[in-house]
Amino acid sequence: MNFISWCYFPARLAWRQLIFDRTKLAAAISGVMFACVLVFMQLGFKDSLYDSAISAPVKLNGDLFLMHKQAEAMWRPAKFQRRELMRVLGHPAVMEVTPLYLALASFKNIETDVKRTLMVYGFDPDSHIFDVPEINNHRNELRLKDTVLFDEYSRPEFGPIRQLVAAGRNITEINDYKISVAGVFQLGVSFAADGNVVTSDLNFMRIFPNRNHNMIDMGIVKLHPGSSIPQVQAELRLQLNPFIDIFTYEELLRREKDYWANMAPIGFIFGFGTIMGLVVGLVIVYQILFTDIANLRYEFATLKAMGYEHGYFIRVVFASAFFLAVLGFIPGLMLSVALYHLAESQIYMPMPMSPNKVITVFMFILSMCAMAGFLAIHKLKAANPADMF
Amino acid sequence: MSKIIDVRHLNFSFGSGEMERPVLKDVSLSIEKGEIVLMTGPSGSGKTTFLTIVGGLRQASYGSVTVLDRQLIGSTEQVKIQVRQQTGYIFQQHNLLKALTALQNVSMTLEMHDAMTERQRLDKAAEMLIAVGLGDHMNHKPEQLSGGQRQRVSIARALVGHPKIILADEPTASLDKQSGQEAVGILKKLAKESGAAILLVTHDYRIVDIADRVLELEDGVIRSA
Ligand SMILES: Nc1ncnc2c1ncn2[C@@H]1O[C@H](COP(=O)(O)OP(=O)(O)O)[C@@H](O)[C@H]1O
Ligand SMILES: [Mg+2]
Repeated sequence: MNFISWCYFPARLAWRQLIFDRTKLAAAISGVMFACVLVFMQLGFKDSLYDSAISAPVKLNGDLFLMHKQAEAMWRPAKFQRRELMRVLGHPAVMEVTPLYLALASFKNIETDVKRTLMVYGFDPDSHIFDVPEINNHRNELRLKDTVLFDEYSRPEFGPIRQLVAAGRNITEINDYKISVAGVFQLGVSFAADGNVVTSDLNFMRIFPNRNHNMIDMGIVKLHPGSSIPQVQAELRLQLNPFIDIFTYEELLRREKDYWANMAPIGFIFGFGTIMGLVVGLVIVYQILFTDIANLRYEFATLKAMGYEHGYFIRVVFASAFFLAVLGFIPGLMLSVALYHLAESQIYMPMPMSPNKVITVFMFILSMCAMAGFLAIHKLKAANPADMF
Repeated sequence: MSKIIDVRHLNFSFGSGEMERPVLKDVSLSIEKGEIVLMTGPSGSGKTTFLTIVGGLRQASYGSVTVLDRQLIGSTEQVKIQVRQQTGYIFQQHNLLKALTALQNVSMTLEMHDAMTERQRLDKAAEMLIAVGLGDHMNHKPEQLSGGQRQRVSIARALVGHPKIILADEPTASLDKQSGQEAVGILKKLAKESGAAILLVTHDYRIVDIADRVLELEDGVIRSA
């Protein structure tokens, strides 16, 4: 018996038996589809969360980044003394250092007066620490007293700032301190902050009167071109106080992502949701395959009496599992694409359906169905040909 | 003399120890090529049990059961599968596959053998269905057929692989007189053509005249009628 007929015949029988009972087939497909959508949504939210977590740090322009060891992430910083940052200037490879001040503050909607929390970045406008064209183009405005730039990718609850600024209605309050919005830029929101504004270090101190210039949240270090970043990092680490962490750009991004993946329970919640989706799907598919085998046990026993081997029926069960996986995955994928679009329009965070994700989820669903098949085949023992006469 | 089935001193019991119930007691019987043997006997006398042992569906451990020159006592699953593949079974309940058409049901017998193309398999199955008088019901599913028609599909399924042995357990029990007689008539005609040995268990004395030999099994013991 060649390989083609070895799989083809049992697969064909499985297919004919699946399509014979359309109601049951529809139920099975919905089960797989449900698991599929659940897993897609969990993974989609998780990736979106991780990607959005680095929407600001990814735009930072620097070679090395200093943070306090107790800082959990950029949005949960721990202050340290400015002179810790100045210390690194002693290294010959260091070209420039810039302190960055970070804080959450409430921003008053210009139209509705409703206050909502966003992230405020304060830094010297002459330093080029963000790779965002609109920030760098508005340097002169930032130098003025009590001006900020607003991130137009912030959630819409802050108001249509671009239109308001264009119309000259650009005065509002941050932490009850009156400021004017000089323009907009594009960065992106995260789960931690619904919006962003940037301002000069001097304005930052005015908005947060109990902050002081000497206590900074982050230090951005630029090296002379051609320096070896890991080597300078290692040398600086020896000079710095032990409570200061020094990261490369990649390490900073990884750390910002890992905060959500590990430190916060959110990574766990999404992992748990994914597993629950698969378990629910597994139970449904197992249930369907199991009752199928139970109902078909006389037919299987008849085939056994005719000389079919046990392995043939195992292949029939796995072929059914495979067909259910594929038939449930296709509508599951289509529904998930639609839900991704819906979610994007609701949470203002990108949820791309990447080929990688499609393949990952298909593999999950396939393994889920294979596992269900594996659990169900023990029921084949009920098909005893001696009971046929 | 070519013995296709040769059973000697077969003993078989259900259960073990205190619960042991002997069902077949020192049964000896041989059937030759092309012979039609009818087995009758009261309900519970062990006829079905005997058929399942000869057909390689049930394992017996005492005596000797040689089918197509293979010893079934203490045999491996593989030997039993080989015997099953050369045996055509006709069950009391038709046991067709519900999801398949008559034609597909009959070709299931041929799918175990790789030598044929799909076309050849379907042609052969169709030929056999025409032979049992179901030429115009080939694409019907079992639930669209009458009891007699289903049993004729079963006969076609059992015969299409040209088995050397046909085992039938009360094949007419669920049929009315006319369809019963028709079914058995077809069985006899086709089996004679292919030279298969037939062992047929029945209560139905209306079909006794098709047999070369009639045996009676009573309480696990064979006697010639
Ligand atoms: N699987 C089984 N387990 C235990 N006893 C059985 C089983 N099958 C049949 N028997 C018993 O064996 C005896 C013979 O049964 P069977 O071969 O079916 O008789 P027949 O077909 O002649 O009516 C009966 O008493 C029956 O109750
Ligand atoms: Mg019986």
